[in-house]
Amino acid sequence: MILDLPFIWAALIAFVVLTYVILDGFDLGVGILFPLFPARHDRDVMTNSVAPVWDGNETWLVLGGGGLMAVFPLAYAIIFPALYMPIMLMLLGLVFRGVAFEFRWRSGRWIHLWDWGFSIGSMVAGFTQGIALGALVQGIKVEGRAYAGGWWDWLTSFSVLTGVAVVIGYALLGATWLNLKTSGQLQAHARRIALVTAAITVGLIGVVSIWTSTLNPVYFERWFGFPTAFFSSIVPLLLAVCSFGLWHGLTHDKHLQPFLAALGLFVLSFAGIGISFYPFIIPGALTFEAAAAPDSSLQFLLVGAVVLVPIILIYTGYAYWVFRGKIDPQEGYH
Amino acid sequence: MFLGLDAETLARIQFAFTISFHFIFPSFSIGLASFLAMLEALWLIKKDDAYLRLFDYWKTIFAIVFGMGVVTGIVMSYQFGTNWAVFSDRAGPVIGPLMGYEVLTAFFLEAGFLGIMLFGRKRVGVGLHFFATCMVAIGTLISATWIIAANSWMQTPQGYSINDVGQFIPVDWWAIIFNPSFPYRLVHTVLASFLTTAFAVGAVGAWHLLKNKNNHPARIIFSMAMWMAALVTPVQIFVGDQHGLNTLEHQPAKIAAMEGHYETRKGAPLILFGIPDDAAEETRFAIEIPKLGSLLLTHELDGEVKGLKNWAPEDRPKALIPFFTFRIMVGLGVLMLLVGAWSILARIRGKLYDWKWLHRAAWVMGPSGFVAVLAGWYTTEVGRQPYTIYGLMRTSESLSPVSAPAVGTSLIAFIVVYFVVFGAGVLYLLQLMRRPLVSDEHELNKGPVKAAGINPGPAQDAPIGAANDP
Ligand code: HDD
Ligand code: HEM
Ligand code: HEM
Repeated sequence: MILDLPFIWAALIAFVVLTYVILDGFDLGVGILFPLFPARHDRDVMTNSVAPVWDGNETWLVLGGGGLMAVFPLAYAIIFPALYMPIMLMLLGLVFRGVAFEFRWRSGRWIHLWDWGFSIGSMVAGFTQGIALGALVQGIKVEGRAYAGGWWDWLTSFSVLTGVAVVIGYALLGATWLNLKTSGQLQAHARRIALVTAAITVGLIGVVSIWTSTLNPVYFERWFGFPTAFFSSIVPLLLAVCSFGLWHGLTHDKHLQPFLAALGLFVLSFAGIGISFYPFIIPGALTFEAAAAPDSSLQFLLVGAVVLVPIILIYTGYAYWVFRGKIDPQEGYH
Repeated sequence: MFLGLDAETLARIQFAFTISFHFIFPSFSIGLASFLAMLEALWLIKKDDAYLRLFDYWKTIFAIVFGMGVVTGIVMSYQFGTNWAVFSDRAGPVIGPLMGYEVLTAFFLEAGFLGIMLFGRKRVGVGLHFFATCMVAIGTLISATWIIAANSWMQTPQGYSINDVGQFIPVDWWAIIFNPSFPYRLVHTVLASFLTTAFAVGAVGAWHLLKNKNNHPARIIFSMAMWMAALVTPVQIFVGDQHGLNTLEHQPAKIAAMEGHYETRKGAPLILFGIPDDAAEETRFAIEIPKLGSLLLTHELDGEVKGLKNWAPEDRPKALIPFFTFRIMVGLGVLMLLVGAWSILARIRGKLYDWKWLHRAAWVMGPSGFVAVLAGWYTTEVGRQPYTIYGLMRTSESLSPVSAPAVGTSLIAFIVVYFVVFGAGVLYLLQLMRRPLVSDEHELNKGPVKAAGINPGPAQDAPIGAANDP
């Protein structure tokens, strides 16, 4: 039976992580782009464009972490110590990033400090998330019910590449978001950046994908063997469609289309990872069936998730709707 | 080893350090969110613009406190995996879903409506804005409920079984959530948050009254805060006493540590002060009131009170910290009670806004709630040792397979970053609390421009930040 509880939960956790990546992706991206927008006024508009929603976006990260502990506690207990350093760095990055929204308005002389904190914090968070992804794709050493590798296992040329790819991908999301939410010079600048980051992102998706398929025979089989290749090839095809939509939207002064196309790139890359991983949660070492908590835990939380996630999506959508449209540059923060 | 400390000790210090920050901000968030909902409701009812000005005044303060609460909270939820992996593997099936529900029912609610509450009044209108404020306030209370359920289950576990790989398997969720210490701990902690906020707000009101006793908004908040102090402190002390009796039933070793009792005795004294010495198994320099310990704990003069020697040395909590933190908390509770009673007296005499010494006392008591709350949690958590799940799983068994240098390095990073970032945050809060309190737009415009600190940010050009409010 395929529709059992661990399977449903694997799908739900995947959904949560993906939602996190695309939502926080664009607001981290706004921070990553800060150095390219040195003017104080531009930065005010940029932070104002994400200030009302960033906390909600980041809550998906908490749900991802907390949810993993609840439904796949063994995976949580193995992956987190394995990624000890990247996770600690990510948390510290998020601290700087999160407080900057308020602090930069409160400090006259120190505003540059918080602006740098906002920017570097966002980069560190994106980079370490990419590293974590790369390290997981490469595989983690497990013995019994515990992580058995060393403290630097996560650091490889592959994981550094995925780290860079995520930072640039987030920058792309941020740039297309600014293209959507701002106007005038700021928008024009964002659009130019979006074109450059789009080209690099698409290139890196290609490189990472090919490299991934060589890491593990299972991945290779999924992507190039028969008959799975038949289905998996849909992903690169759709990637091409999204890339075209992105390029077309940016060169034809479309506002929403590039953002949606950039989100599409992320969704498809994520689907690609899903195809490689299934049915493992730690590739080659732990399936999600084996990592799952007992049914009484899975059921209890599932009831809540089924009822509450749609409600959350509705009021989150409402909050986005309230702040729809272009940012009014005159509209102050508090 | 790292600086002579093992990984377990370092991980404990790291947890204690990060949770301490995380608890200071949320306890203020919980109280402030309800306070803001109250102010907005009063504005809607009384149509007195002073309440709206006050709302905006405290809103900017809330935004900073809340932001710091969020970032420290994210650290907590990942730390279980990085530092306490074995605990997470074994207790995750019980603790995890409780925290999952916290995210689903509380965090999203807070985060979803926070943006509207902070920036959206012009966009959604007055009614919906009030709704958003209420949702944020309710969110903070729901959040407290779930996390306290999780923590209380670790103190007084029930409703579980243990499987062959040592995981705790939930059997009865009702029993897990409504475990024996949960109701006491929840009520005591939420009231503590309200008191913390009341004394912080009261101190700001008092400070502004000391400068000008006719200041209308300062009078409003001072009066509100003193009502809270006068009415809630006695309730809190009663709840605390009941909580203690509950702990005596379920965790008698913790009570023995809090009381500084090593010998099991009938008609035990109440030790007011002393220095517990675990090595010598006695409390030195004890100042005692005969029989009162038994009377308080068993409500009988000759009731038997168990001492720490009743447990093997490796099963006892270390007594020093709970002994002192408990006295700090109770001492502050008594001081709060006195301030509350004093304010009632002033009110009866019609001198609430005149008695300068009352205002000075309220000003000094501003940080008392934060200290009491931390002291209370230290009593609770250190008194639970050497277990993470009381009687079932030891702290030493809970640790991740991490090496001391990794934990030590991250601990130092946390200490540096937290002091820099939250030090600045507290500074900004104090600046915001120094802005003059005014009651209408008119006053706002003629109010002193140089309001907060040396370098006012954009929001401080106008004292209450109302002029450029979206
Ligand atoms: C009694 C109250 C209380 C206690 C004991 C805790 N928290 Fe907390 N927490 C809150 C009350 C709260 C809150 C009031 O709901 C916060 C504070 C500010 C905020 O944003 O929400 C919050 C925020 C908050 C967040 C950020 C949520 C977001 O993104 O919006 C996380 C991840 C946690 N907490 C996790 C924890 C963990 C893992 C704890 C235990 C070790 C914990 N909290 C103890
Ligand atoms: C699900 C919730 C919680 C879990 C799983 C948890 C677990 C732990 C663990 C593993 C430690 C380290 C072991 C030790 O005591 O040395 C600890 C210590 C501590 N915790 Fe909790 N805790 C939780 C909630 C809380 C909350 C809500 C607070 C208060 C705000 C708190 C306050 C503390 C303090 C002050 C310490 C330090 C005590 C010490 O190190 O001796 N904890 N807790
Ligand atoms: C003056 C009378 C008070 C008494 C008798 C009292 C009693 C207690 C007891 C016995 C505990 C430990 C519970 C346990 O884990 O076994 C506790 C914890 C605690 N106290 Fe108090 N308390 C008092 C006042 C206060 C005040 C004024 C505050 C804060 C404003 C406060 C905040 C807390 C907190 C936050 C905890 C930790 C959470 C908990 O276990 O409930 N207490 N208190």
